[in-house]
Amino acid sequence: MTKSLQGKVALISGGASGIGRATALLFAREGAAVAIADLNEAAGQAVVHEISNQGGKCIFESADVTRAGDCKRVVERTLRELGGIHVLFNNAGIIRRASVTELSEEDWDRVMEVNVKSIFLMSRLVLPVMARAGGGSIINTASGWGLTGGAKAAVYCASKGAVVLLTKAMAVDHGPQNIRVNCICPGDTDTAMLRSEAQQLGEATERFLAEAARRPLGRVGTPEEIAQAALYLASDASSFVTGTVLVVDGGSLAGSI
Amino acid sequence: MRLKDKVALVTGGTSGIGEATAVLFAKEGAKVAVSGRNEQRGREVAARIVNHGGHATFVRTDVRVADDCRRAVDETVRAFGRLDILFNNAGVFYAHNAVDCSEEEWDQQIDVNLKGTFLMSKFALPHMITQGGGVIINNSSGWGLVGGDNAVAYCASKGGVVLLTKAMAIDHGRQGIRINCVCPGDIDTPMLPEDARFRGLKWGEYLAGCADRPMGRIGTADEIAKAVLFLASDDSSFMTGAALAVDGGGTAD
Repeated sequence: MTKSLQGKVALISGGASGIGRATALLFAREGAAVAIADLNEAAGQAVVHEISNQGGKCIFESADVTRAGDCKRVVERTLRELGGIHVLFNNAGIIRRASVTELSEEDWDRVMEVNVKSIFLMSRLVLPVMARAGGGSIINTASGWGLTGGAKAAVYCASKGAVVLLTKAMAVDHGPQNIRVNCICPGDTDTAMLRSEAQQLGEATERFLAEAARRPLGRVGTPEEIAQAALYLASDASSFVTGTVLVVDGGSLAGSI
Repeated sequence: MRLKDKVALVTGGTSGIGEATAVLFAKEGAKVAVSGRNEQRGREVAARIVNHGGHATFVRTDVRVADDCRRAVDETVRAFGRLDILFNNAGVFYAHNAVDCSEEEWDQQIDVNLKGTFLMSKFALPHMITQGGGVIINNSSGWGLVGGDNAVAYCASKGGVVLLTKAMAIDHGRQGIRINCVCPGDIDTPMLPEDARFRGLKWGEYLAGCADRPMGRIGTADEIAKAVLFLASDDSSFMTGAALAVDGGGTAD
C-alpha cells in the first residue's frame, strides 16, 4: 500500500511530546522525513531514536520557536539535511489556567508568544520555501477553546482564537501559491498538558479527567487520534481543504449534553 | 484498506459526489448499497463496482418517502448483513431568492436535503445501536455555514443539516455512533452546470465565479469522497458533531 507522505519532509514544532510526538511517529510511518523543533532536548532525542529504530528518518533541533533566530536555525537545518519542507505542523503550545484578574502580564506574553507568534515566525520562513516548491500544507494546532470560551483560560482562549483566524488569513493569502493552511481544534486529549491543568487548578487528576470525559463520546481523546487528523490535513487526501477548522473533540462543541 | 468488511449505504449515489464516494468506499473494502432515484444510473454504478471486484447493490430510493428510506436500510442489511456507514448525500438545488422560490421548490429542497437525512438516519440508527456503533456522514455545504445569493431554501436546508448533525451527535455519541457532516464548496458535478443553466449564465462566466476562491479552482467529486472516507474510517475516531469544510478556502474569507 502506498504511504500517504512518501518522499515528503515534515517540520513539527512541539514534536517531543504529546500530540506533536504522536504526529511525528505517524508521519514517519507514512513515509515522511521528520524534523522536530522543541525545547525538551531529551524527549526530542528519544523520538528521533524511536523513529530511527523503526527505519524512519528524523532529526531534532533544540529550539525556542518564540525566537526568530531559533526558527531560522530550525528551518535552515531541515532544508540542509532533509532537502525541503512540504508539511509544517505548528503545534508548540502551552496553557495557563487563570482568569484575566489572576493572570500575570508575563504569563500573558509567554502564552501568546508560544501559541501564536511562533506560528507567524515559522510560517514566514517556510511559506517562501513551499511557494518555490509549488505548494505545501501548513497545519496549526488551535483548540476547542479557540472556538468557544472556557473557565480560567483567558489567555489560552485568546491565543487559540487568534490561531483560528491567523489560519484563515494565511489560507486566503497563500491559496494561489497552492499552499493549504488549516487548523485542528482538539478537545481534551490525554497529554502531559492536560494533566498539568489539574495541577494548575489545584484539582485531583482523576476528578479532572473524569470531568474532561463528559462529552458525547464519553472519553478524552488520544494523541494518536489528533495525529490522524493532522495526517489527513498533511496528505493529498485533503487537496481541496484550506482555511478549515477541523474539530476533533469527541462531540464536545456539538452542544450541551 | 480502510473500510474492510464494513457495509456502507450512500444516498444520491447515482452521480457526482455520491457516485465518487461509493466507488472509493468499495476500493477501500466496503460493501456498498448505492441508493438513488435514477435506477439506470444506479445500476451502472453498482455494476462498475462489481466489475472491479467489489461488492455493491442498488436500492431505488426517494429519500422524501419514509417507506423508501426504511426499505433502503432493510435491503442493505438483508444484502450485506449489517450497516456500519450511512452517507446522507442526496441533494437538490434550485437557485431562487425568497420572493421567487415557489412553495413546491422550497418543499422539495427541504424534504430531500434535510428531511431525507432525518428519515434515513431514523431507520439506520437502530441497526447501528444494536451493533454497538456506526458512522453517519451528512452532506451539508459551504452554504450551510454562510449565506449565498439566490439560494434561500438550499441555505436553509444545509444550515439545518449542520445542526441536525450536531444534535444527533449528542444523542448517539454514547452509543458509539459518530455523526459528522462535510461542507463542500463548488464541486465539478452535474449540479454545477444545472445551476448555471437555472441562473441563465454562460458556463465559462459561471465557472470563473465558482473558481474565485483562495485555491483558484473548483473541487473534484473525488476530493469530497476522500473527506467522507476520512470521516467514515477509524482515522476520525475522536470526531463527532463536526462540520468539515472542503471548499478550497471558500468560507475562509
